[in-house]
Amino acid sequence: MLMETDDETLARAAASGDRSAFALLLRRHYDRIFGLAFRLTGSRAEAQDLTQDICAALPAKLASWRGQARFTTWLYRVTVNATHDRRRRHFTRAKAASGWGDWEIARQDEMATQAQALDWLTGAMQRLSPELRDTVALVLGEELTQAQAGDVLGVSEGTVAWRMAQVKKRLRAMADEEAK
Amino acid sequence: MTDDLDALKSALRATPAPDAAAKYAALALAMDNFDHLQGSTDAPRLSQDRPSQAGFLNGVRTMLMSLKARPYLAATTSAAALLIGVFVALPSLQPPAPVMPTGLAPPVSTPPAAPPVTLEAAEPVLSDSAAAKSAAPSDSTVMAESAPAPVMPGQPLGGAAATRGYLIAPGQTAGGTMGLVAPADPTYLSAPDTEAFANAPANPVIVTAESPVSTFSVDVDTASYAVIRSSLTAGQLPPPDAVRIEEMVNYFPYAYPAPSGDAPFANTVTVMPTPWNPDTRLVHIALQGQMPTITDRPPLNLVFLIDTSGSMGEPAKLPVLIQSFTLMLAQLNPTDQIAIVAYAGSAGQVLSPTAASDRPTILRALNSLASGGSTAGAEGLALAYQIADDMAAEGRVSRVILATDGDFNVGIDSPDDLKTFIATQADKGTYLSVLGFGRGNLDDATMQALAQNGNGTAAYIDTLAEAQKVLVDQLTGALFPIANDVKVQVEWNPAQVAEYRLIGYETRALRREDFNNDKVDAGEIGAGLQVTALYEVTAPNSPALLNDPLRYTAAPPVADSPELGFLRLRYKAPGSDTSKLIETPITLGTAATDDARFAAAIAGFGQLLQSAPYLGDWGYDQAIQLATATKGADPFGYRAEAVTLMRLAQSLSAR
Repeated sequence: MLMETDDETLARAAASGDRSAFALLLRRHYDRIFGLAFRLTGSRAEAQDLTQDICAALPAKLASWRGQARFTTWLYRVTVNATHDRRRRHFTRAKAASGWGDWEIARQDEMATQAQALDWLTGAMQRLSPELRDTVALVLGEELTQAQAGDVLGVSEGTVAWRMAQVKKRLRAMADEEAK
Repeated sequence: MTDDLDALKSALRATPAPDAAAKYAALALAMDNFDHLQGSTDAPRLSQDRPSQAGFLNGVRTMLMSLKARPYLAATTSAAALLIGVFVALPSLQPPAPVMPTGLAPPVSTPPAAPPVTLEAAEPVLSDSAAAKSAAPSDSTVMAESAPAPVMPGQPLGGAAATRGYLIAPGQTAGGTMGLVAPADPTYLSAPDTEAFANAPANPVIVTAESPVSTFSVDVDTASYAVIRSSLTAGQLPPPDAVRIEEMVNYFPYAYPAPSGDAPFANTVTVMPTPWNPDTRLVHIALQGQMPTITDRPPLNLVFLIDTSGSMGEPAKLPVLIQSFTLMLAQLNPTDQIAIVAYAGSAGQVLSPTAASDRPTILRALNSLASGGSTAGAEGLALAYQIADDMAAEGRVSRVILATDGDFNVGIDSPDDLKTFIATQADKGTYLSVLGFGRGNLDDATMQALAQNGNGTAAYIDTLAEAQKVLVDQLTGALFPIANDVKVQVEWNPAQVAEYRLIGYETRALRREDFNNDKVDAGEIGAGLQVTALYEVTAPNSPALLNDPLRYTAAPPVADSPELGFLRLRYKAPGSDTSKLIETPITLGTAATDDARFAAAIAGFGQLLQSAPYLGDWGYDQAIQLATATKGADPFGYRAEAVTLMRLAQSLSAR
């Protein structure tokens, strides 16, 4: 149906001020950003906010896109970085919260208990370190190759392969635990 | 071992769908930020030094703008998919001719030569501010917009861009006007068009013996005709849903007999042969509103409620709007008062009530309007009505004029509440008229509903020439209703009429009992305006009968009367709550005037656009012939323009 202009052309035009190109690009990729944000955060609300932040910042960020990478790779990188920023902020907040005394500790415990009741996916993802989680989200969730995922995360292909091996190990350990 | 990964993968792939409202908000925010980044909220920066792909992208955009459907509709209904097919397929069929910017008068819509009312005061205004305005922010945009899409399917583009052609599946619809089917895959619809049109299935043929009474409300809107014109001049057949035949017919001025004495309007009924069927007859019902002396009219309070959302920044929208209102300003009396409210993000009063004679202040306020932010129709509407209430005074007529390009998605909980609100305000005496600008986002259905509930008219302004017609030539009629809640009821005589069909007025149908119920709202007739309704009727024993007589129902006793039927009209004088009744028998005998036959040609044109099943072999050739023969004096060229549109539609539908 619609003529499929590729992302790179649209992005170049958007970066130089073409409003319709930007609108088209954004509509095309909103779901992708949201999907990755969800896989990275494991929370729909969180993913929604994150996606909104990314959308809001994208016009400015686009100016920095020079076309060295594929647009989707660049977009994944933006999303992953935004998630990292958000995690950092949460971490700082969580640390501040931990000093709030018994009431807050009790609340945190309750939240942790609730979290345990969440489904297998959340359980599995929570066992993984943030780095492994990012890698899994890209390789399994977005179906990138290990090379592409490495490109997005700024690590070597080998590192991605090693991380995936780690993920397999953790998953096996988890399965063994469940079997007991 | 990999089972673990597979399980994780399938769990990960099943992410929830994003929330539609959140997505909409995020996209709107991004577009706002994008616009801000371009250094101006007036219009996107479209500079000379853009990469060469820019022209192509504007071509893409033009195509996107003409894509007519919502993705989820495409996914769920084949009808919508067919609709998309037409518009999506067209660019590939079109030569890369320049796409006409709707903001400028396309050659087809020749503007009326001279308005009947003096315009000398408007000239200097036009040349300084309106023209300057259009020259400054919009000219470059217009140029870019109208740049030809230099892309043919399959032709490689410079750089990395590549056209992958169009995914067109061959298909055929029953009507035969559309031959292409788009894939119903919502993911391909990356730029959904959000136009929505108000329409109902075409009125069926009704057997008089079963249901002898037909009731409807008058309709003086003209939006449908302008939408059709804008589609056709852009090289596309209009979506059948956009075709409302009564609005096409009522678009044209007719010289019907004027009322005599104190009657607010006169009615004339003509029976003539049906152009498209020799075995049926057309009953032409014409109402002519009285034209009061313009200088005697009461002073007006006008509140312009102007949509300044980001999407209004396009050249066919806000710039045309500002020019249109500038034209209109010249028509107002010095005693009239004007206030302007803008709505986008947060509603705000741009101009406090100002006498129409204070032109510089009003023009400054109009020209300060800039687009940006998302649309919050309801909020602005409340403010506009509040200002109208504050301005209200004895002997003044209040009206809110809403100008928008689209829907009222943000800030409204329920469209029904909005309609109720508007209807309540109309009862209190403040009427609402709606002007639509631009295409792509136009919510014709909401426009219709709001104007109907607000006792006002809905018009679609696609060119400055149309603004001239709606806001200058017919301003008095649009702003001063002379008869409210005008309802039409026809009782057909089964001895003379076995079957009948009302052409158009689908969205205006009333229940039979509503005719005498003064609480039921109906359309208004403005000063000096005409309303036309057409019935196609079939005599008993005519070969054109579509329904066989029932076997088990005794034939009803038939009154031996030569009358075809009996026409009843109800209307309320402005300010009155009780209706008056006018009754006229419908008889043969009056010869059809050119006006009546021209109305029939337009009704035929509308049915051709709808692919209505009643026309037989009658086609565009016959419609063009009839319209040309009955054009008459046509001082403003409206009818000549209609013939041009028929010819365009003929060529477009032949492909």
